[in-house]
Amino acid sequence: MRDIAIISFAQTPAVRRIPEVNEVEMLMPAIHGALSQVDMTIDDIGFTCSGSTDYLAGVGFSFVSTLDGVGAWPPIQESHVEMDGAWALYEAWVKLQLGELDTALVYSYAKSSPGDLPMVLTRQLDPITVAPLWPDSVSLAALQARSLLDSGNYTEAQFAEVAARSRRSALDNPNAQLAWDRSAAELLGEDYHIAPLRKSDCAPITDGAACVILAAGDVARSKVKRPAWIRGIDHRVEPIHLGLRDLTVSESTRIAGEKAGVADGPIDVAELHAPFSHQELILRDALGLSSDVNINPSGGALSANPMMTAGLIRIGEVANRISAGDVNRGVAHATSGPCLQQNLVAVLEGEA
Amino acid sequence: MGKERVAVVGIGQTKHQATRGDVSMAGLVREAAQRALDDAHMTWTDIDAVVIGKAPDFFEGVMMPELFLADALGATGKPMFRVHTAGSVGGSTAIVASQLIQAGLHERVLTVAFEKQSESEAMWALSLPIPFTPPLHAGAGGYFAPHIRSYIRRSKAPDHIGMLVALKDRQNGIKNPYAHLHEHEISFDSIKESMMLWDPIRYAETCPSSDGACALVLGSEKVADDAMAEGRQPAWIQGTAMRSEPTLSAERDTVLPLGGALCAADVYKQAGITNPRKDVDAVEMYVPFSWFEPMWLENLGFAEPGEGWKMTEQGATALDGDFPVNMSGGVLCTNPIGASGMLRFGEIAMQVRGTAGEHQVDGVRRGVGHAYGGGSQFFAMWVVGKDKP
Repeated sequence: MRDIAIISFAQTPAVRRIPEVNEVEMLMPAIHGALSQVDMTIDDIGFTCSGSTDYLAGVGFSFVSTLDGVGAWPPIQESHVEMDGAWALYEAWVKLQLGELDTALVYSYAKSSPGDLPMVLTRQLDPITVAPLWPDSVSLAALQARSLLDSGNYTEAQFAEVAARSRRSALDNPNAQLAWDRSAAELLGEDYHIAPLRKSDCAPITDGAACVILAAGDVARSKVKRPAWIRGIDHRVEPIHLGLRDLTVSESTRIAGEKAGVADGPIDVAELHAPFSHQELILRDALGLSSDVNINPSGGALSANPMMTAGLIRIGEVANRISAGDVNRGVAHATSGPCLQQNLVAVLEGEA
Repeated sequence: MGKERVAVVGIGQTKHQATRGDVSMAGLVREAAQRALDDAHMTWTDIDAVVIGKAPDFFEGVMMPELFLADALGATGKPMFRVHTAGSVGGSTAIVASQLIQAGLHERVLTVAFEKQSESEAMWALSLPIPFTPPLHAGAGGYFAPHIRSYIRRSKAPDHIGMLVALKDRQNGIKNPYAHLHEHEISFDSIKESMMLWDPIRYAETCPSSDGACALVLGSEKVADDAMAEGRQPAWIQGTAMRSEPTLSAERDTVLPLGGALCAADVYKQAGITNPRKDVDAVEMYVPFSWFEPMWLENLGFAEPGEGWKMTEQGATALDGDFPVNMSGGVLCTNPIGASGMLRFGEIAMQVRGTAGEHQVDGVRRGVGHAYGGGSQFFAMWVVGKDKP
């Protein structure tokens, strides 16, 4: 495959509610931040690809307005996915593989604040057999957490450790929404939110946006000292129906991790898109990550979870750590759908 | 670093109609996908990846419906990808799918596009108000009518051109068993007498609102060679291109959009087309309102600006003309919005393969599929041919 690297990443600070600006205005600082960090303008970009969903924006074709803000004149080569920005990055990576273009701009964004997010997400479910029951996303995750406890593989205390560690890590992340230092034991003293999940086991609801710039080979090397090379990237899906899956494992993550080559070398850091604490444990197992891997040093989705964007942020966070020279090889993961239905895994690495 | 060759080796579509009450969304996409697999002599397990496209999710009221359709489309354990680029999405989806093979990632990709518009009211789903943006409240017809009036003024085209396009496409549609509209009684006079909806667009010059799906199986060079060896002509993809331009930009010309012209120039260059009018044998283009036939003939370089309507008037674009356009009846006969672009791409591939049945044109060696969306701002095109590129 052609060598493609992440050369720039920018995100908006994650907050619960951004009422004063629209989505386009919310997104612009991320795009211009990513471009200016590598001294580029939109005219230097070969391909643009974005991820968003009309259901959170509340209008059809909502991505069309953001395209205006990005600046598509003269006309550009561009595409859009109704998926997390991590998949927009995948499309851009495929496009750059064709060898005709050297740079790509990838962005994603969502405001969850205008609606009731767990209720909005019920609209993803089978419209005939499940959606009429309005099972919210937290309750579905709680079913998964319960089956994980029932498997005997993990305990609520281990959920709480993930929750505590994530928010403690987030103290070092200026873009995080939830950051605090409380012990796992203290969290276990909380009441259940939706049993067996406590509030601290759940991601916050976030408005936010992010942008990544990809470049090929020498173009990447000319722009930054240490590009974060995409050594492998793959994504897989499972049936949406919870009854058709073993919820205690993530088979799609396992396949994607294998195809992306996670096991081909040592992993220093992993950013896993786990909106619920128990999902991090499932993902670690699916990817075969050893106990010495630094998981979610950004605080992960438990500290900031902008929809359609939290997956792309995972990739950007790993890339930033590689480009800064802190680590050499890392895994980034993105998820979509109820209970880890669809998963993407990317392996990033610094120059050998 | 080169691109791998790709060909269309399987094509399937549903029977399109106003309401497909006999099938769910999953049943609808599966009907098209199963037909494409049968056509490709493949089964679900042969497929490496699935790429699905559709227009706004509000049309059916399911958020990111590919998630619940993954199972019906046999995607378990496979990559599944969802594209949404407005009305051009059926075309863009096929292009994104083809790139997975061009990049050497997969050998056999199933791509599906659909819309089940009976689940909602498309015209109003298109008109949801956006804060700080001028409200449309008129559906697509109200948006495009001024573009058409501008075209008529600039080209001095006579009034009847739009009606000629509508008559031709509706008559072509009668020959297409999958088409939504089969208007056996249609005549020039019946079109002329139909209600004026958005001047100058009459009711009979407007696309219907359809339920329908289209599916293509794309194969690598090896897969396509094997099909050829078994006597099944593949439609080789000789070029693909996409272009986007903003909604609001003072520089835009919505009658002759620069994005459309650049998209066409790009795809012709890839396919080695220097004289589009001569080098292309047939075209399936996205004509949701009759007047877009002459407008796109000009935008895509088949006629000089201001001259496209003469091709229509002279009958060049008829099924028996020297430059057939929308042999299938086009969007004017069938419009499940998300699928309409892929139907154009698939129909032209059928022409190239010689499998279009009663609306087959003789001797199509190379054809163009075209889709557009948004406010004439998103463009997707491909060139397919009998010959390996």
